[in-house]
Amino acid sequence: MLILDIVLGGLILGGMYALVASGLTLQYGVARIMNLAYGEVLVAAAFASYLLVTAAALSPLFGLVFILPAGFLASSLIYRVLLVPLVRRAKTREALEVDSILATFGLLFVVQGLAFVLFGGQYYSYSYLSVPVTIAGSTVPANRLLAFAVAAVLAVGIYAALMRTRTGTAIRAVAVDPASARLVGIDVQRVAGFAFALGGGLCAAGGVLVSMFLTFNAAMGVVFTMKALVVVIMGGVGNLMGALVAGLLLGLVETSVARLVDPGLTLAATFGLFLLVLLVKPTGLFGRAGR
Amino acid sequence: MRGIGLRLATVASLAAALGAAVGSAAAQDKIRIGYAISKTGPFTGGASITTLPNYQLWVKEVNAAGGLMIGGKRIPIEVIEYDDRSNSEEAVKAIERLATQDKVDFILSPWGTGQNLAVAPIMNRLGYPHLAATTNTNRAPELAKRWPNATFWLGLPSDISVSFVELLAKLRGEGKVGPKVAMVSVSDQFGIELSTAARDALKKAGFELVYDKSYPAGTQDVQPLLKDAMAASPDVFAAFSYPPDTLGITDTAKVLGFNPKVFFVGVGTAFPVFKQRFGQNAEGVLGIGGWNADSPTLKDYFKRHVEALGREPDRWASPITYASLQVLGQAIERVGKIDRAAVIKEIQTGSFDTIIGRVKLEGGLLKEVWAVGQWQGGEFYGVAPTAMAGARPVVVPKPEWKQ
Amino acid sequence: MKGVPLALVVAAMGALALVPFLGTGYHLALAIGILNNLVLATAWALFSGPTRYVSLATAAFFGIGSYAAAGLGEALPWPVLLAVALVLGAAMALVVGLSTLRLSGIYFVIFTFGLSELIRQLVTWWEVNVSRSVGRYIFLDVTQEGIFWQLFGLAALVFLVGWLIGRSRLGLALRVVGDDELVARHCGINVTGAKLLLFAVSAAFMTLAGAIMAPRWTYLDPSIAFNPVISFQALIMALLGGAGRLWGPLLGVVPLTLLFEVLGANFPNAFSILLGLVFMAIVYAVPNGIAGWFEGAWPRAVRLLPQKAVR
Repeated sequence: MLILDIVLGGLILGGMYALVASGLTLQYGVARIMNLAYGEVLVAAAFASYLLVTAAALSPLFGLVFILPAGFLASSLIYRVLLVPLVRRAKTREALEVDSILATFGLLFVVQGLAFVLFGGQYYSYSYLSVPVTIAGSTVPANRLLAFAVAAVLAVGIYAALMRTRTGTAIRAVAVDPASARLVGIDVQRVAGFAFALGGGLCAAGGVLVSMFLTFNAAMGVVFTMKALVVVIMGGVGNLMGALVAGLLLGLVETSVARLVDPGLTLAATFGLFLLVLLVKPTGLFGRAGR
Repeated sequence: MRGIGLRLATVASLAAALGAAVGSAAAQDKIRIGYAISKTGPFTGGASITTLPNYQLWVKEVNAAGGLMIGGKRIPIEVIEYDDRSNSEEAVKAIERLATQDKVDFILSPWGTGQNLAVAPIMNRLGYPHLAATTNTNRAPELAKRWPNATFWLGLPSDISVSFVELLAKLRGEGKVGPKVAMVSVSDQFGIELSTAARDALKKAGFELVYDKSYPAGTQDVQPLLKDAMAASPDVFAAFSYPPDTLGITDTAKVLGFNPKVFFVGVGTAFPVFKQRFGQNAEGVLGIGGWNADSPTLKDYFKRHVEALGREPDRWASPITYASLQVLGQAIERVGKIDRAAVIKEIQTGSFDTIIGRVKLEGGLLKEVWAVGQWQGGEFYGVAPTAMAGARPVVVPKPEWKQ
Repeated sequence: MKGVPLALVVAAMGALALVPFLGTGYHLALAIGILNNLVLATAWALFSGPTRYVSLATAAFFGIGSYAAAGLGEALPWPVLLAVALVLGAAMALVVGLSTLRLSGIYFVIFTFGLSELIRQLVTWWEVNVSRSVGRYIFLDVTQEGIFWQLFGLAALVFLVGWLIGRSRLGLALRVVGDDELVARHCGINVTGAKLLLFAVSAAFMTLAGAIMAPRWTYLDPSIAFNPVISFQALIMALLGGAGRLWGPLLGVVPLTLLFEVLGANFPNAFSILLGLVFMAIVYAVPNGIAGWFEGAWPRAVRLLPQKAVR
């Protein structure tokens, strides 16, 4: 009973972490853009969802139909306008990393500032499917379960697309080695832009889904960026499967520590696990060895 | 070449800044009031609900009336505002800037305990009255002695907890609740001061603590906490929580069908978003704060707040913040000139008519404040301390959650 | 060209030294802010510049220093306390360094971030369950001038130590490591030892800055002491200035701190938006950091000068 509670609760929480991180792993792993404004985009999607639900009385799932493509387009635009100049001028991967940290740090402030001007700083929350669902005697909220299910569908879909389609193969090739990818005729910049936009779409989807059960405000993006970064790094850069496993693992650890040890130590335990993983495997759970 | 230019520019800008500092302080055709408040960073949420709207409302209303009456003449207020970015160092710097650069006549306080304590020594050194309306610490009496210019308006965390436990003891005496209490608290200063005081008071009153844990701020899933609290089948559940967790805990309790006789949650219960989020289910929920919603002055304040800002005030610190501004305004008018030392003295010793009734500080502290409120019929009424004017009887048990 | 960086540092420090005598309380506060950022960013670049390890552990060391001041400030004489803070910071850097320096690139970045957060969580847990009070009050008799001069001394020391390292065998070794670690190993350089030493020196300065700044705020809790903004700010300022040179961060810290002030003072409601835009503009317009631009611009200016003189 307790075990089931922990596993179920942990998986659902971990699924949320994995969902939040999956977009970033595409953006960083493939496009090599360390996007510090990631959480801001996620919160923007949450606000959009809030507006659709409260003003237009739409279901957030229906909102997903608009907001996911909007996130894709917005990210595509960000990549083309803001990041392509940096990609062009970067001589090395390190240089691009530094430049993208600086540029997206600026973007972070812009988006957060806009959110404050538009929505103020107060907290937002709406109620959607906040009803219990009982699975084998353990109660979970329907909205979190639904978010988990949608996240799973998205993850499987993206994973299959990466593995089975030509574009997917190109994306993986760029993630592994951009220089060699160019040699086999892959338009690296286009593929990278597509992966960045796809990551933005996933990020927006994550924003919509977490807005169903979390309270948020204009200043909260950083929290999600940091969580996503930890998950991505723990899983291994550019590895979608790694991000999913890492997310689930963190959720399980957080829930078990809360139930079995002390809820005061949940975050300490998740960071401890993260550090431990890196000490044992310096390139993350699924990362390739060496550089 | 450019290096020299850069150096010259640096020196020049420093010199210019120095020059600008001298001068001003001419004839008073405006009262300059400044504040630094969190518009970015983690304190934005609290500041945007409780503090900033009331500053805007008060200034708007005073200026609509022509300004503050000083020496038989109405003088309008001019506002200078900064963003402290939820950062102690920025808050300190902003106060220095307001005082020595902008030479403002008065400074309004930032939001939150930490920010107010960070700026307190400087406000004291510079001799500005410091009305710390959103500071909640057990050391307030001692701090008020240390900084005679500072006043504290939210009561003490221990008072809130003691009031709450008194309420519980009374209910228990009437046979309405049993002895088992489950308690969770957010692990920062506020949550700890409240829970420590509650723990002692509960023990003294003979209650049995069946669950007592803290959780880190920013926890995104409170289900594990609530499931364990629920398993202890308490009569009373109390969470000394922060706004996002307050909403999360309430929502999770509802989903889990956790129905203790008394359900108490922390900061955020009094926020309008709580009512909007839970609607009918807010009914019977207890929380920190509360107000006497039947009072005509508060009804009027509520209406003005909604009209001016397009949203409702929170039902704990908002009216108190507004009242502190009224006190400041009246003190300035009574002194009749910009004499900060005299204004401090007037705030400390005078008695004032405000939206929350007659205010008279004792030892720099506002003593008559609501500790516990309860949502009843869509309004968050104060229920404890029971000696407060307009205290409503508490409704126990809380109606069961409707899914 | 050689003398310019030195002149720049001396001029900046000289201008700062005048502030307590000529400026108002606000200027002093601003100068304290500049010095604090200067110490943190320069100390950051001391390690991260030559080794190319981007660290987000600044807040961890700063926080440890702050907590040392909060916890021991009333028990120990101030110089002893500073020494304790220094030892704490350096010791911790050694432990952390030993376990982390085999991580590379982004893994190191996020590891150091996770480390700061872990320390913050553990300190919080300790305060909740052992001290039973998360906030600490620091009532030490330190004036603003006192804090200013301590930071000033610390900043001067950072430059001195940085300059000495640059001239030493260690500095040479580090430059080789930064260019190519494999080559460095083959040259017989003790790569790990060199990195560790530098990490500890850099951390010691950050810890001292934390200890000196803490009494300024009266009240300290883990979210103030271990605020991740501290880490990001140091990194950004150093990178914008140019982390490859000792005097690079100075060129990031001074303009950025002043820019924050100007924007914050004039546009309190659009501060964040404008800051972000200016920030991005700088990144696009000044690709190699301000120090890089400066080094490029100086020879150009010199080349132009005689021609103008001839005409």
